[in-house]
Amino acid sequence: MAKKVALMQGNEACAHGAMYAGCTFFGGYPITPSTEVAEVLSNELPKVGGKFIQMEDEIAAMASVLGASLTGAKVLTATSGPGVSLKQELIGYACIAEIPCVIINVMRGGPSTGMPTGPGQSDVQQAKWGTHGDHATIALVPASVQEIFTETVRAFNLAEKYRMPVQVLYDEIVGHMRERIEFPEAGELEVINRTLPSVPPEQYKPYDTSFGDVPPLAAFGSGYRFHVTGLNKAQDGFPTTKAEYVDAEERRQVRKVEGEVARVQIESNEEYLTEDAEVLVFAYGSTSRSARYAVNELRKEGIKAGLFRPITLWPFPEKRISALGKQVKAIIVPEMNLGQMNLEVERVVKGSCPVISIGRVDGEPLNPGQIIAQVKEVK
Amino acid sequence: MAYDYEKSLRPGKLPHIWCPGCGHGIVMKGLLRAMDTCGLEKNNTALVSGIGCASRLPGYVDMCTLHTAHGRAAAFATGVKMARPEMNVIVMGGDGDGTAIGGNHFIHACRRNIDMTYVIMNNFIYGMTGGQFSPCTPTGDKASTTPYGNPDPTFDISKLAIGAGATFVARTTAFHATQIDKLIAEGIKHKGMAIIEVLDDCPTTYGRRNKFRSVVDMMKRLKDMAVPVTAAGKMTAEQLEGKILTGVLYKEDKPEYCEQYAKVIARAQGVK
Amino acid sequence: MSIEVIERYCKGCSICVEFCPKNVLEMDGFIVKVARPDDCIKCMQCELRCPDFAIKVHTD
Repeated sequence: MAKKVALMQGNEACAHGAMYAGCTFFGGYPITPSTEVAEVLSNELPKVGGKFIQMEDEIAAMASVLGASLTGAKVLTATSGPGVSLKQELIGYACIAEIPCVIINVMRGGPSTGMPTGPGQSDVQQAKWGTHGDHATIALVPASVQEIFTETVRAFNLAEKYRMPVQVLYDEIVGHMRERIEFPEAGELEVINRTLPSVPPEQYKPYDTSFGDVPPLAAFGSGYRFHVTGLNKAQDGFPTTKAEYVDAEERRQVRKVEGEVARVQIESNEEYLTEDAEVLVFAYGSTSRSARYAVNELRKEGIKAGLFRPITLWPFPEKRISALGKQVKAIIVPEMNLGQMNLEVERVVKGSCPVISIGRVDGEPLNPGQIIAQVKEVK
Repeated sequence: MAYDYEKSLRPGKLPHIWCPGCGHGIVMKGLLRAMDTCGLEKNNTALVSGIGCASRLPGYVDMCTLHTAHGRAAAFATGVKMARPEMNVIVMGGDGDGTAIGGNHFIHACRRNIDMTYVIMNNFIYGMTGGQFSPCTPTGDKASTTPYGNPDPTFDISKLAIGAGATFVARTTAFHATQIDKLIAEGIKHKGMAIIEVLDDCPTTYGRRNKFRSVVDMMKRLKDMAVPVTAAGKMTAEQLEGKILTGVLYKEDKPEYCEQYAKVIARAQGVK
Repeated sequence: MSIEVIERYCKGCSICVEFCPKNVLEMDGFIVKVARPDDCIKCMQCELRCPDFAIKVHTD
């Protein structure tokens, strides 16, 4: 049977991906360029008995999804950079209280209001370090309408599996462009639900590490009573200032994502012509599409260029970038900011090759010509 | 017969963190009696709070408890209630938490008329951070950040709630212990947003800066300030000077938010 | 009938002492003491008003 296909905008694909993943609650606040995600879900969610609520502000939107998630719902909010700035308080709450949720950030420039209708990739470090305190981050950076669909599904899976906020960042270009999308059949993509407790209510502790680094999460209203707080807490969920508990919990919450085993499961990259590459282009989101074009053009001229495209941006693909840094003569990092991920690539290659940033922050997309020119300069 | 509070409390959590003479414990006991009166099931009741002294209350109560971030309780609670409308949702918090940093969430929760009960413990001060003035600190009073007297005008929480659209608004004080549970119980039974403002005392950070020599002085002031709304009609403006009205200040029946959304679902599913 | 003071919970605020209509209670340093139990009329005011869950009036 032929698959259902459509010509669709990235933001619409995101909303349909959320529905595919089993999202039943959306809390949001209007902001350009993400609003279509909310508009589609306000239409789709009630059809399946799900809930859509437009809250009074960005913080409230984040709060509402966390409240809903604690009742067992799969939850989503969608916003842009200024909205994520406001949500940071409760992204931190979701980290420490370990509440699954997905946050869509359709990126524009900044700081502040910036250029709301222009594209940007200016929130990639904010995604990692925006909220205060030590915490792990999962952030995905799809580059096409189709991939927005599949990565939104994966974001839900990761949020549920690792019991934490997962951010999906894509720039306004992919958010608003229309492309052909093939809808996966039901069951074709994996859909993961959070692990529920296997112990009876009287034995349940919300942060019980005897079940591993990701403790099962019960739902309010399901017969399990427990306490949730943003304070440092012990395994029973109640606040503590005991050094050994605080330390153990903080380290576990980072390890559950950045530990060796978890990294392998969370990281996702695409490599294009990297095997024999002498110059590597590290690019993500819509910029990676310009980069792929540039690599093809360079190859035609006999220049051995390759593309590394992270689909999971955080945790950062440290091992592979470190290895590629030893293989190539230079790494070029084009991005619609002034070198945010360039910093991370530099950190990881530890000087084994030059790392060159191409930044663009004028509200225009990075074009292949800029990348081609830069590669030729280092070649 | 001594009232059995233990059945509603988590074992081993007392004594609570509140200072000697703080009225929050009195309000908490009123809340527990009210929940008992209404027969709320522990497994089906969420107690949600923000940050501050009052917001520590849920930690003691054996229910589904959610101690959120500063000011955000009503917004979290809205998510809980929307996602699981069959749950009873009760929000607890203080005046600074609810009307300053959480002011926007407070008024919009009132506007939606979502079915929850919000008990706001108004002790006129930010207690936990050491006694800074709140939107509810009376003008002219001393706080750690108003050493020359408070220049700010004061919020009337109940009027704010009525203006914002809450459909049940009541007020009492920590002195009026038996009225606390009656009003909270009435709020719980009310379908829609119920605000119960309890004027409370903070002897540690408000009382000592404002010439209250003891906890008892503060309690007596709460007693003297209160005029039942039913009696106020017979009083002159002069007699009402400096008084606050207590009892059920406002009540109306209006469509409740989750019920309204259930109609949205029905329309989306093509139910005529 | 007895008035039970849970000393571990009592913080010595003296609300119960002040609002007892029969002067049954008094402060013993920072802890309340049941000084005149026979005068108790079981009005329950002390139990109701104690912010610290520290007084129970057993009436049976």
